[in-house]
Amino acid sequence: MKLELCGITKRFGALVANDAIDLVIEPGEIHALLGENGAGKSTLMNVLYGLYTADEGHIELDGVKQNFSGPGDAMAAGIGMVHQHFMLIPVFTVAENVALGHEPTKALGIMDLATARKNVIEISDRFGFNVDPDALIEDLPVGVQQRVEIIKALSRDAKVLVLDEPTAVLTPQETDELMEIMRQLAKSGTSIVFITHKLREVKAVADRITVIRLGKVVGTAQPDASTSELASLMVGREVMLTVDKKLATPGKVVLEVDHVSVLDDRLQKAVNDVSFQVHEGEILALAGVQGNGQTELAEFLLGLRKPWGKEGKSSLNGKEITNATVRQSLDSGLGFIPEDRKTDGLVSEFSIAENLMLNSSYKSRFTKGLNINFAARKKIANELIEEFDVRTPSAETPASKLSGGNQQKVVVARELSREIKLLIASQPTRGVDVGSIEFIHERIIAERDAGKAVVLISTELDEVLALADRIAVMYRGKIVGVVGPTTSREDLGKLMAGVTA
Amino acid sequence: MSNTVATEVKVGFKSPIVMGSIGLLTIVFMGFLGREGMVGFEISRRQDVIQVPALDIDSSTLGIISGVLMLAISGFSLYRSMQNQKTPIWVSSIYGLIGVTALLGWLAAEGTVPIAFIAGTALVLAVPIILGAMAGIMSERVGITNIAIEGQLLTGAFMAAVVSSITKSYLLGTLSAMFAAALLSMVLAVFSIKFLAQQIIVGVVLNVLVIGITNFLYQQWLTEDAENVNFPGTLDIIRIPVLSDIPLLGPIFFENRITVFLAILIVPTIWFVLFKTRLGLRARAVGEHPLAADTVGIGVGRTRFWWVTIGGSIAGLGGAALTIGNAGAFGREMSGGFGFIALAVVILGRWHPISAALAALLFGFSIILRVWANQVSPGIPTDFITMVPYLVTIIAVVGFVGQSRPPKALAVPYVKG
Repeated sequence: MKLELCGITKRFGALVANDAIDLVIEPGEIHALLGENGAGKSTLMNVLYGLYTADEGHIELDGVKQNFSGPGDAMAAGIGMVHQHFMLIPVFTVAENVALGHEPTKALGIMDLATARKNVIEISDRFGFNVDPDALIEDLPVGVQQRVEIIKALSRDAKVLVLDEPTAVLTPQETDELMEIMRQLAKSGTSIVFITHKLREVKAVADRITVIRLGKVVGTAQPDASTSELASLMVGREVMLTVDKKLATPGKVVLEVDHVSVLDDRLQKAVNDVSFQVHEGEILALAGVQGNGQTELAEFLLGLRKPWGKEGKSSLNGKEITNATVRQSLDSGLGFIPEDRKTDGLVSEFSIAENLMLNSSYKSRFTKGLNINFAARKKIANELIEEFDVRTPSAETPASKLSGGNQQKVVVARELSREIKLLIASQPTRGVDVGSIEFIHERIIAERDAGKAVVLISTELDEVLALADRIAVMYRGKIVGVVGPTTSREDLGKLMAGVTA
Repeated sequence: MSNTVATEVKVGFKSPIVMGSIGLLTIVFMGFLGREGMVGFEISRRQDVIQVPALDIDSSTLGIISGVLMLAISGFSLYRSMQNQKTPIWVSSIYGLIGVTALLGWLAAEGTVPIAFIAGTALVLAVPIILGAMAGIMSERVGITNIAIEGQLLTGAFMAAVVSSITKSYLLGTLSAMFAAALLSMVLAVFSIKFLAQQIIVGVVLNVLVIGITNFLYQQWLTEDAENVNFPGTLDIIRIPVLSDIPLLGPIFFENRITVFLAILIVPTIWFVLFKTRLGLRARAVGEHPLAADTVGIGVGRTRFWWVTIGGSIAGLGGAALTIGNAGAFGREMSGGFGFIALAVVILGRWHPISAALAALLFGFSIILRVWANQVSPGIPTDFITMVPYLVTIIAVVGFVGQSRPPKALAVPYVKG
């Protein structure tokens, strides 16, 4: 089926998320939609899927103009979508999730689960997915959940399958498998729209590439275009794809973690008997697929979670911080960039100046007796805005008004403006534009070169390989291997999937 | 994220500790320091066709036997905990049953325990709570917090009494009770779905509103003209042939008013619809992850609206059970907190119709226990007795039920992009 988007424009208030976008997807092709975070790719696809209504423009399928008033219409027309955040119900089984919305029923609307199960098995077998129709979604690894999403789309006879940042949650091996699935689907006649910001994947699998920047189509390319060509098209200027850094010169041990286990919110062991050390002037990357205990480990180091059992210990510069409160940890020289700036990093209704004082509001530089020293706060805020290149009209602008990259710079500025010995940076560049990524990476390297110890927690292999001096891979709450920075992607991928040599 | 380690859940020692201490209390205070005298557990009533002889036992002996059995079960629970396994729910149910038996025997020393009367009345008293809880489940399963159950019950009670009195038709009375409560629910639904209002606030406001209106009408109208507008009487008691002759079960379940029968039918029906049909699957999807439901073409607002509304009509029936199904007239604020108990029952029953209905029975039992204990042994402070079922509830929640998980999207308005 040929899909055409003609002059799609979508505005959110003053922001133009999509500006007269034209896009043609030929039958059976893998069409990559390449663009930075916030370029408008997902908005465009949500328009296609009927979740948003376009302000201008229209959609054509095989030359027939479509009018989608909701996802149901888009689905009926043969458009399937695998969302970045899966649209699966965790407490339902695979079969129930796949069936939802077009359930096979017996008399009186009674669920015909046998048929639902059979449908799943049939599609699963056709593509070698190996999915158990009776498994609960919440018990499945993300890679399998994604396959359930694909099955869900295929079970509705999707002729056009949209995959929105599908590799963000996958291990490198799972990514390879997904690409194989995409090729197979394309061969069987399904058109695929592959939304991503990862150049390597685009080059590996796409038949045609459309690049979007700031809501506009800025060009098309063939997959044999060079990486730097694609990158500059995507960002709009020359981009340094590698980070310059000197060889690390590790000093004495700063952070020592010894046999630590931590429970997650469901009281299960998310971190299981983990030990490692980080030295001065060194970046240790904790790599691994999302949800393998990195979050809980970071929260433990900060003091938000208590260790499980009695053996676990952690110390900062020789001083034990195992059961330290958050303030004690911060005061002993720990800087923390949380993985989700919107929920944990910033108070979005607060101004930038207020956000910048959040973790040292009681420190003398911000106070005057019992009051806030507003003049000093303003001065400090302006200095930090300048130093960290935060693009904002003023220090009094609410944090929520900033772009993702600038918000993240505020968080980084706040953490690095204190006297720290150890920086824990959790997903420091998630959902951030390339310019800000470069800037944040440089600052992290600068911290290392200034003799600070850095723990980088990242699920992005590119980021890990660019910054790390040593890489510890986490899998199911354990560190399954500590390897050097020149380890191949393939070997890292195996570790991330729990395969130890 | 879900692929975290799925191992090592700590079971803990809450259940054996709680069970053991209560077992000890039973053996000491109802056994060794218990009350002298025989107690008879009456299985049949005098008017029953088939007569089963009463079971007679010495009150303190019963206390000791029960205590020993309870300690034995605690021991089993301890063993399970040491194996890091949970105590099965049926084991704790047996434990609870033994405890209740000991309590009844202790209270009725030198007297009798009319089992059929106690259980039957508990069921009748539980009906409004059960139906209120069903309304709560139907609404919370689709993601709308329903604090207004109290108001829905009260509306139903008022309408059933007044309309039945005026029209002399219980059918019309019941239908108008259901209809009025459904209208009230629509207000909650529309405010929550369309105007994205804070659901708890809407619920509270509706409760206050209904209490105000019914109080006003009661004072100004019902008390002035009670004979014509607040004198509905009660529904006839229906005996189901054959079944009502079964010893014990017959009088409890098969000799009741239509409201009780309806409640007994409605509970499994809701369970069936919720878990076995397309409607139920979609409803649960809406309550767990409305966006996912929307992306497969399910109308989130529409689903929420109808489930909340129909739930409201069931609560209205529960209200009717208060007046024409039991008391025979409307009284000021006669729902007396049943709606809030129903709310607790929803949580205690983990949003599952059958567990919730059982939990509601526990509360029905606690009400009749207070009344009966007062008659059978006036010396014992009734407040103390009333506490017992609630204690059992707390234990059940803490130890046996475990962490309950509400529908994920509960109280979260759904806004489309």
